[in-house]
Amino acid sequence: MDKVTLRVFRGAGNGGVEQDYEVPTFEGMVVLDAIHYIQQNLDSTLACRWNCKAAKCGSCSAEINGVPRLMCKTHVSDMASKGQPIVVHPLKTFPIIRDLVTDVSWNYRVSEKIPPLQLAPDAPNPLVMQQMDVDRIQEFRKCIECFLCQTVCHILRNHNAKEQFYGPRQLIKLANLDMHPYDTLSRREMIRHEAGVGFCNITKCCTEVCPEHIHITDNGIIPLKERVADEHFDPIQHLIRKLAGTDKKKK
Amino acid sequence: MTENYDIFEHDVLVIGAGGAGLRAVISAAQAGLNVGLVCKSLLGKAHTVMAEGGVAGALGNLDKKDSWEIHFKDTMKGGQFLNNWRIVEIFAKEAPERVLELEQWGAVFDRTPEGLIMQRPFGGHTYRRLSHVGDRTGLEIIRTLQDKAVSYGMKTYMEVTLTRLLKDGDRVVGAFGYYRPTGKFLAIKAKAVVLATGGWGRMYKVTSNSWESTGDGVMMAYEAGAELLDMEMVQFHPTGMVWPPGVRGLLVTEGVRGDGGILRNSKGERFMFKEEYMPEMYKGQYAETEEEAHRWLEDKDKNRRPPELLPRDVVSRSIYKEVLAGRGSEHGGVYLDITHRGADFIKRKLPSMYEQFYALGGVDITKQPMEVYPTIHYTMGGILTHPETCATTVPGLYAAGESAAGLHGANRLGGNSLSDILVFGRRAGDGTAEFARGVDYGAVDDQQIEEEMNLMLAPFTCEGKENPYRLTQELQEAMQEGAMIARTEQGLSKCLQTILNLQERAKNLHVDGSREYNPGWHTARDIRYMLKTSEVIVRCALERKESRGAQWRADYPDRDPEWGKKNLIASKEGDQVKISTRPLPEMPPELAKLFEESK
Repeated sequence: MDKVTLRVFRGAGNGGVEQDYEVPTFEGMVVLDAIHYIQQNLDSTLACRWNCKAAKCGSCSAEINGVPRLMCKTHVSDMASKGQPIVVHPLKTFPIIRDLVTDVSWNYRVSEKIPPLQLAPDAPNPLVMQQMDVDRIQEFRKCIECFLCQTVCHILRNHNAKEQFYGPRQLIKLANLDMHPYDTLSRREMIRHEAGVGFCNITKCCTEVCPEHIHITDNGIIPLKERVADEHFDPIQHLIRKLAGTDKKKK
Repeated sequence: MTENYDIFEHDVLVIGAGGAGLRAVISAAQAGLNVGLVCKSLLGKAHTVMAEGGVAGALGNLDKKDSWEIHFKDTMKGGQFLNNWRIVEIFAKEAPERVLELEQWGAVFDRTPEGLIMQRPFGGHTYRRLSHVGDRTGLEIIRTLQDKAVSYGMKTYMEVTLTRLLKDGDRVVGAFGYYRPTGKFLAIKAKAVVLATGGWGRMYKVTSNSWESTGDGVMMAYEAGAELLDMEMVQFHPTGMVWPPGVRGLLVTEGVRGDGGILRNSKGERFMFKEEYMPEMYKGQYAETEEEAHRWLEDKDKNRRPPELLPRDVVSRSIYKEVLAGRGSEHGGVYLDITHRGADFIKRKLPSMYEQFYALGGVDITKQPMEVYPTIHYTMGGILTHPETCATTVPGLYAAGESAAGLHGANRLGGNSLSDILVFGRRAGDGTAEFARGVDYGAVDDQQIEEEMNLMLAPFTCEGKENPYRLTQELQEAMQEGAMIARTEQGLSKCLQTILNLQERAKNLHVDGSREYNPGWHTARDIRYMLKTSEVIVRCALERKESRGAQWRADYPDRDPEWGKKNLIASKEGDQVKISTRPLPEMPPELAKLFEESK
């Protein structure tokens, strides 16, 4: 394979067209290399985001042949088949700014609503935590905020329910805080209502596209659903908490 | 005025949203000031996310004998005593507190069996000193600081590039730039400004740096009259990926060697044991046999560290020499092998290296060695700052992190950059807060803004035909050839001539398209900074006629004690780069004594 055709979306919020570019290939080439080739040699106005080019920053998210992926981690050779062009589009769930760049500011606004870690006033410094007690939240903290999970989630993608559902990324952030051994703030009301954990119907699309291989649904969202259910829908637990007066505190 | 622009006001303006910038925001906000934060990319994407191995601070969680004094000594030695002793002293004393504070803010480091923060060995550090989270420590730190800073409600300007500092008389009173999405202009007035704009590794062809590292911060400071220190000191990290071509230069964390990674040449020799590569200063402190190095994996008290953990400048030069002598690997590097630690260990301690090689290079590092070669990584030189407050030589302007200089001397030790950004990010925030409380907003000069607007817009109407990307490539090739690991008078002079020619050609830059998110246009501004920064680097490298740390002059291969007593200062004098020397501040006797005791 000496050359490959990229079919790239060009345009802004008011519409656009797909444009074909022929790009020479080399061993190990990723889609971001091809985009850079276009910028440097064919059209210097092609807009895209990127930073680390090592799958660590989560900037170069796009939809490649219809699947949300990081451009820096997607090999051209895996995407090209039998003379078909590689189709590169911006993330579908967010408004287009230009070409491959979308307005992801909604994610930041939602993130700001989540109350930060609140340690117990008598928490030690340094904290004493065993590795096995932090394994699970360390998995969540691998998130690079590429928002691929947000773009693929059908609640946001097809139903545009951004007012009712925070999306997988923010649920993972909530799970991280909720499961921190020293955190004292209950965010369960937020998880249930504003964050809308109940909207997730466990199709696991988010887990499939996560470049950090975080088990978003199994390790994050499902336990959150269980915790909310424990708190609100288990009558015996509810009674015990009432009697013990612990219903305001986190276990 | 050419056109209208937005105008904002903040007590403190922080430029750059990596660890140093975010830490500065936190302390300025804690002081009750109104803070604006500008980032060229989205928030949380800055170069700090690329830091892998860990953050150095003498917590002594594993090695009780560790202390700030030993961290101080290691850092001075690693920097070949070109460091500012007071900056290093503050750094070594405050680093542990800054790391622990992150934990209180939500960072979750790997744990020791006692439930404390785990620390790993690294090049040039006497003890296990790097607090880490696998090999994604930078991500942990930037996310923690980001969440903390956001909780103070600072105003964040994402995807805004500032291109010029605004001055009122001698004082910096704000900055001017453009929004990437719209291409429209804005000015931000501030009582004090922190530059936390990171390094400038983008001038080289093989680099571990992103598009952002173009030297705009350091050049804005230079243009505003700030003094720059030891700009010739550019770090070549020993281990960048070499194959396939698309990932050339991508970083391979020093954590691989910290966790026992072995360097071999094509003949299978563990070449770091060769006597010729062991610097006098480190003799007797490293394992002398492969058996001892192997035993060190299990018992760090009774055995010495393997020589793969010598400082970065030493290991980089050794790899360079091995490849030059024809003992390189298939694709022109050397082999780095961690397979003997077993798949479970590797996947747990080096998960992102495993993923990076597997996904991008098609190599399973639990079964095969990696191929590595030095890559541009870090800039020790930068803006001259005051040790206590991070003030530059221009009133109202502060600098912290990689854009500042003085901590690392001629070579930075791994792990010291993450604690650098914490310690001096905080101090810069405090320093600006103090300054901002005592002054009012300065006056913004329309003429400065008009000049910058015209400079920015010129490529759209210029009739020249120079392409910003082509110029960038030519510069990168020239720097790679003339200002890399092995430098000579001849090579540097040729490189300087190329840079000066490119500067002339840059007057004829032309770009097409609109101002909305137009990367060609952005590159046209970046290349001016890159050319000027490169000129300063090369002029300083020509001036320092000795080999010390990252500055290896093949025509002056030895350290010169006279050069060891002075820093190089670069500043703007009209259109010329003025270069002068300045004696290093003298270390007080109680600190100097530390080095005698160890002998």
